[in-house]
Amino acid sequence: MLRFFASRLLQSLLALIIIITATFFMLRFVPGGPFTSEKAVTPEILRNLEAHYGLDQPLWKQYVDYLGSLAQGDFGPSFKYPNRTVNEILADKLPVSLELGFLSLLVALLIGLPLGILAAVRRNTWVDYVGSSFGMVGISIPTFVVGPLLVLAFAIHLGWFNASGWYSPIDRVLPCLVLGIAYAAPISRLTRGGMLEVLSQDFIRTARAKGASELRVVLRHSLKGGLLPVVSFLGPAIAGILTGSFVIETIFQIPGIGREFVNSAFNRDYTLVLGTVILYAVLIMALNLAADVVQAWMNPKVRLEA
Amino acid sequence: MRRSAFAALLGTVLLLGFAMLAGGCRPRETAVERGVREQVLHRGFSPDIADLDPHVAMMVSDYGVISAFFEGLVAEDPRDLHPVPGVAEHWTVSADGLTYTFHLRSNARWSNGDPITAPDFLASWRRALTPSFGCDNANLMYVVRGAADFHQGRATRFSDVGFAAPDARTVVITLERPTPYFLSLLQHWVWWPVHFPTLEKAGDPYARGTRWTRPETFVGNGPFRLREWTIGQRIVGERSETYWDAASVRLRELRLYPMEDINAEERAFRGGQLHVTEAVPAAKIDAYRASPSGELRMDPALGTYFYRLNVTHPSLASAELRRALAQAVDREAIVTRILRGTQVASAAFTPGGLAGYEPPRGLEYDPDAARASLAAAGYPGGKGAPELELLFNSSENHRAIAEALQEMWRRELGLSVRLVSMEGKTVLDARRTGQFQLLRSSWVGDYADPMTFLAVWRGASGNNYTGWRSPAYEALLDQAERTPSEAERATRLREAETLLLSEAPLIPLYRYTHVYLLHPQVRGWYSNPMGRHPYKHVWLEPTR
Repeated sequence: MLRFFASRLLQSLLALIIIITATFFMLRFVPGGPFTSEKAVTPEILRNLEAHYGLDQPLWKQYVDYLGSLAQGDFGPSFKYPNRTVNEILADKLPVSLELGFLSLLVALLIGLPLGILAAVRRNTWVDYVGSSFGMVGISIPTFVVGPLLVLAFAIHLGWFNASGWYSPIDRVLPCLVLGIAYAAPISRLTRGGMLEVLSQDFIRTARAKGASELRVVLRHSLKGGLLPVVSFLGPAIAGILTGSFVIETIFQIPGIGREFVNSAFNRDYTLVLGTVILYAVLIMALNLAADVVQAWMNPKVRLEA
Repeated sequence: MRRSAFAALLGTVLLLGFAMLAGGCRPRETAVERGVREQVLHRGFSPDIADLDPHVAMMVSDYGVISAFFEGLVAEDPRDLHPVPGVAEHWTVSADGLTYTFHLRSNARWSNGDPITAPDFLASWRRALTPSFGCDNANLMYVVRGAADFHQGRATRFSDVGFAAPDARTVVITLERPTPYFLSLLQHWVWWPVHFPTLEKAGDPYARGTRWTRPETFVGNGPFRLREWTIGQRIVGERSETYWDAASVRLRELRLYPMEDINAEERAFRGGQLHVTEAVPAAKIDAYRASPSGELRMDPALGTYFYRLNVTHPSLASAELRRALAQAVDREAIVTRILRGTQVASAAFTPGGLAGYEPPRGLEYDPDAARASLAAAGYPGGKGAPELELLFNSSENHRAIAEALQEMWRRELGLSVRLVSMEGKTVLDARRTGQFQLLRSSWVGDYADPMTFLAVWRGASGNNYTGWRSPAYEALLDQAERTPSEAERATRLREAETLLLSEAPLIPLYRYTHVYLLHPQVRGWYSNPMGRHPYKHVWLEPTR
């Protein structure tokens, strides 16, 4: 088990170095730079700015310097926000995205699981049809449609919430609902499928024959097996919620990291692009590693193949 | 049995929903309503500001943020922006127009209580002109004697630059040549003072990116003091007690929100979170125009939308061909059909009404003249003409306009034009390296004078990019700069612009209008071409 873990960790580290290197050089080959702007910057000013940020050094030296400071946990200064470091920006914005992601996941599970279970238990009744329709609709309508619609209804017409912002706890409701619904839909579908498979098995019939109540059959006997597909979906789903929050953050003007991820590329904010890429890469790798480890722990076959 | 349990559950949920709906019929007080009660102005702005340091801020929209926290020697009248006393109580101009003497008011103070002195201004200007600092707007100071030499490293003694502080409350500025627009130039933030002791505490005052603009350490001299700055979220200012004119500032608080998405901004406005927006989505303009609320504002702005023509490219070397392209453009059609009548069609580059200047008409829409020009260029009916390429940065509006032009040039001249769209900074890079034929462009003036537009087309200007240069044009601008008579100056400038437009290294399309939403309860907010609304004159009042 330890060897498995160590080898996976090494693989992740190698991948991370490749990602950093590729991002660093690709960024530099993209036309335009951090100081390219609509109004001309005179050559003297440009030279001074580049010298200030060390961009006048040879590229290999910049790369080595960057790796050096990275090894000390320093992501460097931001080009777009001259008086902030990338570390500060990430420290400011990551918690916001994490909160958004965590609450949305909670919403997704609270809606998706009961709906899926009900649909499976009441198969081919109106409950199932309503649940399945919700699933299909939720999967097919993108968040950038659901978001503005909910804002229109609840913020503008009813005036219950703010249309945008991230200031008070009540501001969390709409964005988390929108992002949560988007993930509740596949979760309810997966739960329904998993539950149906388990419910049709012999041991359930045995349980029923022994006179177990319906509630006991569902909660005690089938839930654990029925949720396996959901559990394996959660790994990529969490990564997706964290990295895919850009749309939600834009619709609701949430100061999270998803917006920074996209905007920093437009701004050619080299250090901030690298910072967000590294952060996301580490997050996704950690989640995948955790998923693999859990899987290996649950299933010896995986462990042996590794 | 089970079915009835379900029905009960469903009923409860529905009931709860209705209860919430009923409760919601009495909507809570919005931020905008509360703001009117408490004199708190909520304003959206974009793009986000990089830094509150007046020597680092560079976008035109940054004015709307930092003007809350700083004030220069002269301020502006809220209606027409004519220079009014700011930190300087009064000033005199020498007979030759070269020497300006400003007398600072005795009660001008920084937000930490320190008095504002003449040396404060000199130190700030030295910082802006220090070459290694890299201040983007330093070239606006080149009208001062010796400033260009100092900034470009040809001179190293700052005492040779035309700034002097004979005593703590007098600033003397000596200009290179008479500059009739100098006072409006002084309204630009690059001239605003910074508090050196604060800068020194935060590190090297001549380096950018130190932390002095954080709320904990920030010191300014404007009508508001900085209370909060959360990047990407909001900037909050509260009325400054140390401001010399604090008694006439009516807003208690100012909340500025960087709004990246204009649709989100419009929703926030409708949801009662903003008094003022930066823009309006095009699709919403008609609805606001039809509504009786009077929230839609269309203020003429000091900017022009145009195409640059690369005259060094073989296909566009012929002035006749460039003229043909300019004359075949039906600007009215573009403005009414694509832009919904929000902008003003113009074949001239300079907006009118600046310092008594009226621009020439330029090459207006005239298909017959266009065809004649094309024939004169050697391509009668478009035969044998090279295929042209039009480059623009990806955006719906730019594309719609480019497609309209493509069709006009095909229809009127038989020319074929290929459209190429690229991401913003990639386009700017192509512009820098001259890798374009026709290029969508825009120009926004830095100060209220035609020179901020016409100087773009000097050969040595960093903003020209077309490769066009004309000694006759520059001679006219030089004459205009030297003449003491305002009428004579306007005539020379007009001749220069006529020459420029007839050579057509550019095709102007329309003058900008700033289209945005303004709550009717915002008072003291006037339409002016620079889009400046000094906060000290703004207040909120309930409408009856």
